[in-house]
Amino acid sequence: MDLQIWTWVLVGITFSLYIGIAIWSRAGSTKEFYVAGGGVSPLANGLATAADWMSAASFISMAGIISFNGYDGSVYLMGWTGGYVLLALLLAPYLRKFGKFTVPDFIGDRYYSNVARSVAVFCALIVSFTYVAGQMRGVGLVFSRFLEVNINTGVIIGMVIVLFYAVLGGMKGITYTQVAQYCVLIFAFMVPAIFISIQMTGNPIPQIGFGGQDVNGVYLLDKLDGLHRDLGFAEYTSGSKSKLDVFFITAALMVGTAGLPHVIVRFFTVKKVSDARKSAGWALLFIMILYTTAPAIAVFSRTNMIETVNNKEYKNMPSWFSTWEETGLLSFNDINNDGKIQYLADPSKNELIVDKDIMVLANPEIAGLPNWVIALVAAGGLAAALSTAAGLLLVISASVSHDLIKKMIKPDISEKGELVAARLSAVVAVCVAGYFGINPPDFVAATVALAFGLAAASFFPAIILGIFTKKMNKEGAISGMVVGVLAMLFYMLKFKFNWFGGGTKEDWWLGISPEGFGTVAMIINFIVSIIISKFTPDPPLEVQEIVTNIRIPSGVGEATHS
Amino acid sequence: MKKSDQKKYWKTNLKYVAILLSIWFVVSYGFGIVFVDELNSIRIGGFKLGFWFAQQGSIYVFTILIFVYVRLMNKLDAKYNLES
Repeated sequence: MDLQIWTWVLVGITFSLYIGIAIWSRAGSTKEFYVAGGGVSPLANGLATAADWMSAASFISMAGIISFNGYDGSVYLMGWTGGYVLLALLLAPYLRKFGKFTVPDFIGDRYYSNVARSVAVFCALIVSFTYVAGQMRGVGLVFSRFLEVNINTGVIIGMVIVLFYAVLGGMKGITYTQVAQYCVLIFAFMVPAIFISIQMTGNPIPQIGFGGQDVNGVYLLDKLDGLHRDLGFAEYTSGSKSKLDVFFITAALMVGTAGLPHVIVRFFTVKKVSDARKSAGWALLFIMILYTTAPAIAVFSRTNMIETVNNKEYKNMPSWFSTWEETGLLSFNDINNDGKIQYLADPSKNELIVDKDIMVLANPEIAGLPNWVIALVAAGGLAAALSTAAGLLLVISASVSHDLIKKMIKPDISEKGELVAARLSAVVAVCVAGYFGINPPDFVAATVALAFGLAAASFFPAIILGIFTKKMNKEGAISGMVVGVLAMLFYMLKFKFNWFGGGTKEDWWLGISPEGFGTVAMIINFIVSIIISKFTPDPPLEVQEIVTNIRIPSGVGEATHS
Repeated sequence: MKKSDQKKYWKTNLKYVAILLSIWFVVSYGFGIVFVDELNSIRIGGFKLGFWFAQQGSIYVFTILIFVYVRLMNKLDAKYNLES
């Protein structure tokens, strides 16, 4: 069967599955809409969290980024998993005990202030919108390459599906579709990895395979280091970023992960505190499977790609080469007119430009795997993008209907009215996300770092201080969040968008990149919060009582919106 | 629950968190970043050890740490009768 038919069949089956689940799990109350009724089992929540977390970036882009950056790519591997340790040990159990619907809910109540709540809503909206635009681009990319429809049509199909199950099912629908999406995406990621690992090293476990030997008895990583040296690239296993920058980027990604509202909110859906801890463990276990396979895929695909194309005749290239050339993500320019492809680090002699995003998608084709495996990768990429998009849309709609309308603008709104508002804001959010997917602003890539930086600079310190100190007051928390976010925005705008006079790599403060500056902004937030709180009145006794109470796991109420 | 018990429970919790987070810090920032070059002189099969910690080992340890915390806290909750 040809690739196109296989892809339509697999995408069709998975999409009908998602819609079926949505119809079966419609949300009838705001509690079901926001936190899936609060009775999700730790295992199901772990699966859903893993799908929620692993986006188009994890599935499509990450292995490609590692493949091109070698050791430097480790920041994503450690950064996007290490945050779960912080979540499990420092945040999830206490936020679950607190028992509300959203992150701004916690900030607003713990800091007894609607100003704090508004700052939190503002941050949640920016972070989520930035993130969701990238997911829609991923959906468009998969559709245009594998189903050969126009990118815009692809985005619209994706929008309709997400709209259907997010608006109808709310958190309840999203949770159970995410469980299904995890299964689809992990299967789609592992099957080609296992095939290629056997092909290249004879070992079916990719995690072990990429430390193994090829048919000639040469260790794969040594071979790749050698290829990199010959072509003029930095050695694969050593990397080229400064240690300080690697340290700060990893920290910003870890803390940012722990502060992302769409991840935190998943822990409100379980029954009790011990379940919140347990589901963080399950989530990381399921994430680990993909994250430890990605560096193996990176090595396999990098070696395969260099060996297939470098110094080979252009006219003898396999068919995948021309299909990817058509998408514009792969391009060849025969500088020295010898009819062969020279792939080199030196830009004046290099003749091949490869977009990082195609490595995972093209990998099965490069390795010559059967069509159904390639189609499976397309379905997996869509599952990853859609599951994350849905989780983000829910945060956006809850921020508007619950935090803004119910908590600030119209507190006497009825349960039914709030549910209607939640659904309407989900519709608006899907349309905005779709607009960005069709007209991707060129700042999308640059702002992903901003999403993590902002989460690290705003939520993380405010939540940690709110749980681990009783004396942190609203003055301290609000000024910390505002100063942290402003510092982050300033650094990003200066170095990514050339505002405030711009600047180059040489002007970075201590050599810290904008991606790593979230860590600095977080430290600033902590310092400002603590200093200001020393000079302003202690929080009221009943608030200090809340803090005492969330530290004890028993007597947990159900998540409520009272 | 008595006030003194609450304090003891919280102190034990903080102790667990401190120990586990130290391990978290050492395997990622220590082995994977700061001492990566030193560890890279040790090899296990095809892997340089520092590179392995940065791209594999740290992630396995993270997962184990969470499950260890789950176990420790379940025991602690049981000791103070805090299971709900």
